[in-house]
Amino acid sequence: MNQLFAVLIDGIVYASWLFIIAVGLTLIYGVMKILNIAHGSLYALGAFTAVSFCSAWFNHNYAAAGSFAMLAAAAVVVGLIFGPLIERGLLRFMYGKDEVVLVLVTYALFLILEDVIKLVWGVDPLLVQGPNGETPYSVLGNFEASGLSYPYYNLVLVGVAVATGAALTWVLTRTRNGKLLIAVIHDREMSAAMGIDVGRTYFVTFTVGAMLAAVGGALTAPTVSVVTGMGAEVIVMAFAVVVIGGLGSLPGAALGAFIVGMVRAASIHYKPELELFSVYLVMAVVLIVRPKGLFSGAEVRKI
Amino acid sequence: MKLDRTSIAIVVITVALLAAAPALPRWAMSLLNVSLCYGTVVLGMMLLMRTGLVSFGHGLYYCLGAYAAGTVDQMLKIPDMALMVLAGAAATGIVAAILGLLLARYRDIFFAMLSLAFSMILYGLLVKSSALGSTDGFNISAKSIFGIAVVDNAHRYATFGITVVLTMLSAFLLNRYLRSHRGRLAEAIRDNELRVEYMGASVRTTIHLHYVISAVLAGIGGALMAINIGHIDPEMTYWPQSGEFVFIAILSGTGNVFAPIGGALVFETIRSFAYEYSPNTWQMVLGITMLIVMIFLPGGLWSLLQRRKPA
Repeated sequence: MNQLFAVLIDGIVYASWLFIIAVGLTLIYGVMKILNIAHGSLYALGAFTAVSFCSAWFNHNYAAAGSFAMLAAAAVVVGLIFGPLIERGLLRFMYGKDEVVLVLVTYALFLILEDVIKLVWGVDPLLVQGPNGETPYSVLGNFEASGLSYPYYNLVLVGVAVATGAALTWVLTRTRNGKLLIAVIHDREMSAAMGIDVGRTYFVTFTVGAMLAAVGGALTAPTVSVVTGMGAEVIVMAFAVVVIGGLGSLPGAALGAFIVGMVRAASIHYKPELELFSVYLVMAVVLIVRPKGLFSGAEVRKI
Repeated sequence: MKLDRTSIAIVVITVALLAAAPALPRWAMSLLNVSLCYGTVVLGMMLLMRTGLVSFGHGLYYCLGAYAAGTVDQMLKIPDMALMVLAGAAATGIVAAILGLLLARYRDIFFAMLSLAFSMILYGLLVKSSALGSTDGFNISAKSIFGIAVVDNAHRYATFGITVVLTMLSAFLLNRYLRSHRGRLAEAIRDNELRVEYMGASVRTTIHLHYVISAVLAGIGGALMAINIGHIDPEMTYWPQSGEFVFIAILSGTGNVFAPIGGALVFETIRSFAYEYSPNTWQMVLGITMLIVMIFLPGGLWSLLQRRKPA
């Protein structure tokens, strides 16, 4: 019983983390039909920038709680620099090309950004840590739940995931811009004919998606040692999430994250050697049974 | 059987390479070996791309071929090169025939994603199976070829010989196949599946067949690589490895069976220099090259050669 409870908690925390990373991917695919491999690099960029910002913060001996502001700042900075740069500098010349070609373009971009990271931050593992060992992680401390100890930081992840999901849903369904976006998703050319600035829509979408990837990276940075190649690891996991849920679907990303989170937590607790295997097995099974993911088919409206 | 120009060239190059073997310095031989192994895998990617499919999981078969070769060495204790390659080809052929039943229904990014998922399943299994060395993999060493023991220099020449002969044989057969009736269907399927069906040909059977052929080629390439390098690990089925194959295929283009082999040679040559002089910008060079090729040379490097001598 206790273990089941632990699986549930770990699963939810892990699902939240996955959702934060995958939601940007699904947003970009849903609107622009680009399966963005470079999403993994943006995630890594967010993590590395978070390391730099937080280290600077701690080295000035400012209050440790402020490091959370630094994490957020890292995500915003990465999103605002690389989102526009990539969209305006490269992707806008590619619109209308085959989806597979677009995947390859972002793969090339992934390769380039991996080395940008190496050039800026070097190849040694880094930690989000102050001179006295303070981290955003340790500031919050732990709480006990049915005999097990969990860091409060995990609650931050859950909170950010829920807030992100809620905010996106609200924007898409309740605001004017969201409705315009849905029009663009349905029919790009017709929306353009009706006077919607499709270029601007794409620009904003990609920047927001890039920022979400960086948020994922920045929030992950304090919990792991930040190494090169972390983007490659995460992007396939994010693919699994969005493919299970249905590419381009917001509830799909949530469901996919939940499934992958639970499967992984369960396998870590009961059969640790099957951890990675089980995740991709679920992905393959879903693709076999429902090729376009769980949230697809009759449903026309995506996102 | 009247041979076309490409077939004749393949035979000539094979003979030339084998004849030149004693004169080749060690570095050139190992560079050629690795390029040819990659070339064999990319030959399969080329066939898929001609059919309009991009697999982001061909590392699955590359790795499977290598591990099948490793199993022959480790478990069966028969370190024979020919048997290793045969095991690699057989294992990948069987797995691809089964997975192909599913994959033949998929197109575009869904094909890419499902093949990625399959390759990551193998990765997930291998990194956790301690009997196969987990993430470290294990060493293998081939000691004979067709039962004839080879040591030292003889081993080196035997490895080179089997790599050259098998790669060139693969290229030769693939070239013949591409000129056959069914082989010509590949591009027709890429352009318009419906028309192919109306002509009375089965799209699904053809795609399934091409998938199996490409998998077996990747398996042979993986087994050869295992024999050449003497070490295998799960990274062979990690997705950046599959991405590398896609990269070489894009770089070289699908114009001719020489394109993948030449592309692999260019790729490996640049890589050896890049590792030497600037290991931290190597991927960046790759990425930029890939963008340039995709934007300005959609037909790959091969199209440069074609333009120079109009057919």
